Amino acid sequence: MANLEVKIGDLSFKNPVLTASGTFGYGEEFSDFIDLERLGGFVVKGTTLSHREGNPYPRMVETPSGMLNAVGLQNKGVDYFIENIYPKIKDIDSHVIVNVSGATISDYVAVCEKLNALDRINAIEVNISCPNVKQGGMAFGTTCEGAAEVTKAVRKAFSKTVIVKLSPNVTDIVSIAKSVEAEGADSVSLINTLLGMAVDVERRRPYLSTVTGGLSGPAVRPIAVRMVWQVAHAVEIPVIGLGGIMNGRDAIEFMLAGATAIEVGTANFIDPAVTVKIIEYMEGYCKRHGIADINEIIGVI
Amino acid sequence: MKKYILDFRVVENRHLHELYSLLILTPTEGIIPEMRPGQFVQVAVDNSKTTFLRRPISVNLVDRANNQLWLLVRKAGDGTRALCEKKHGETIDLILPLGNCFSMPAEGASVLLVGGGVGVAPMLYWGYELKRLGFRPEFLLGARSAADVLELDEFTGIGKVYVSTEDGSLGEPGLITSNSALSRHSDFIYCCGPAPMMKAVAAKARKVGAECEVSLENMMACGLGACLCCVENTVKGNVCVCTEGPVFNINELTWQI
Repeated sequence: MANLEVKIGDLSFKNPVLTASGTFGYGEEFSDFIDLERLGGFVVKGTTLSHREGNPYPRMVETPSGMLNAVGLQNKGVDYFIENIYPKIKDIDSHVIVNVSGATISDYVAVCEKLNALDRINAIEVNISCPNVKQGGMAFGTTCEGAAEVTKAVRKAFSKTVIVKLSPNVTDIVSIAKSVEAEGADSVSLINTLLGMAVDVERRRPYLSTVTGGLSGPAVRPIAVRMVWQVAHAVEIPVIGLGGIMNGRDAIEFMLAGATAIEVGTANFIDPAVTVKIIEYMEGYCKRHGIADINEIIGVI
Repeated sequence: MKKYILDFRVVENRHLHELYSLLILTPTEGIIPEMRPGQFVQVAVDNSKTTFLRRPISVNLVDRANNQLWLLVRKAGDGTRALCEKKHGETIDLILPLGNCFSMPAEGASVLLVGGGVGVAPMLYWGYELKRLGFRPEFLLGARSAADVLELDEFTGIGKVYVSTEDGSLGEPGLITSNSALSRHSDFIYCCGPAPMMKAVAAKARKVGAECEVSLENMMACGLGACLCCVENTVKGNVCVCTEGPVFNINELTWQI
């Protein structure tokens, strides 16, 4: 069997398959369908310093080969996570990565400091790209200065692996990636959702309560693959690719374009067991192509 | 309750009406897992050109004797239209059982099950179950016209049925919410249908002093409590309809009624 192990920063992952934040709950929602220990890791829901109610309903509308969401980082806050969720998932033999978000730099720092104290949280994914919140979120991720500022502060507050999740809603994602690399990020993950909008023409109003929302699903995949390819050529740190991965073929596409690992998002909604199928596909792909180590295919394009 | 992803085979697709299909399904292997009245399934739609998310459909009936699951589907968009075109022998991939269930009424309580349009679906299974447990459930069904009153024979076989049609072609004329059955006292009213109808029924229930549960059908993506898209505002804040619901006591909701 081919080696599927990959490294992000100092961390080894048993395979390149992770889940995307906000699409996999806290993992336990999927434990009836898959063995969570099969996964390279899973990224839990965006976590903020304080409890957030998120945006009003309606928050979701299906669009061609995709969906728009405007959840708005609903979560119970980092303390709730530490007290109630972490104890339930800490013994799972897979990397639990916490996605961190905030409205201010000090919010990010406070969350990171609390998470840094948890033995089994070896990596965080810093969300500077959420399109659905009024303050912070994407505001930091759309300028090089903002992205650098968050990364610098988080780097000081969290001593383990720092992944920065990038927004595609920018003119030049490469320059943003370089600026977070320069401030010490161990990895970048891309892409977060693309800002979109859909209108109910009969009612003459937007489908989402927030008017605009984040587009995910296979509709965004070619854009994501292109951005991963561009960024992977421009930075030294490993890139985690995501955006509309529905199956093993799509995952390999991202890896060929330069991703060291991948995250599966919207596809979890349609097939809660898809992640394990992707791992099995990778095993078969390596065998079929005579590949001894999956690292051989990363960024060959 | 453990959740499963299972393949079912279409035993029969009964076109009840141009807008509605009753899909009678049986697992391709094994027996249907335990499912409670009020729960729903997430149906994969693999032959739709424009949709890719699953469609949440409430359980119409679990027929244990025949190992059959009934799903009542209304053609609302491309996804449900594709489901309504499923043919005998084809397979469908379902995730089940999902969501909570209706609460048991107090012993000897009088119960009224109210369904508007395709909202009658969960009331059939719940009606059978209540009857089996010794209750005497009564039903109030509403629709646009006589032709839209779904599964009337099935409901009549369980208990007394009141009907409202907007055009007056069957039962009392007018909206279901003005049916005289709602003005009489019931100990417990269960309701499923369009949101404005459920709100009006909830208001009536308050007025006649009945306990009341409603089954919501907010837009869902995952159905598993992961995406947080289907939330309803409650006294506890925003909660997922797919895991905390779909059945809510009206006292948990923040409806202005």
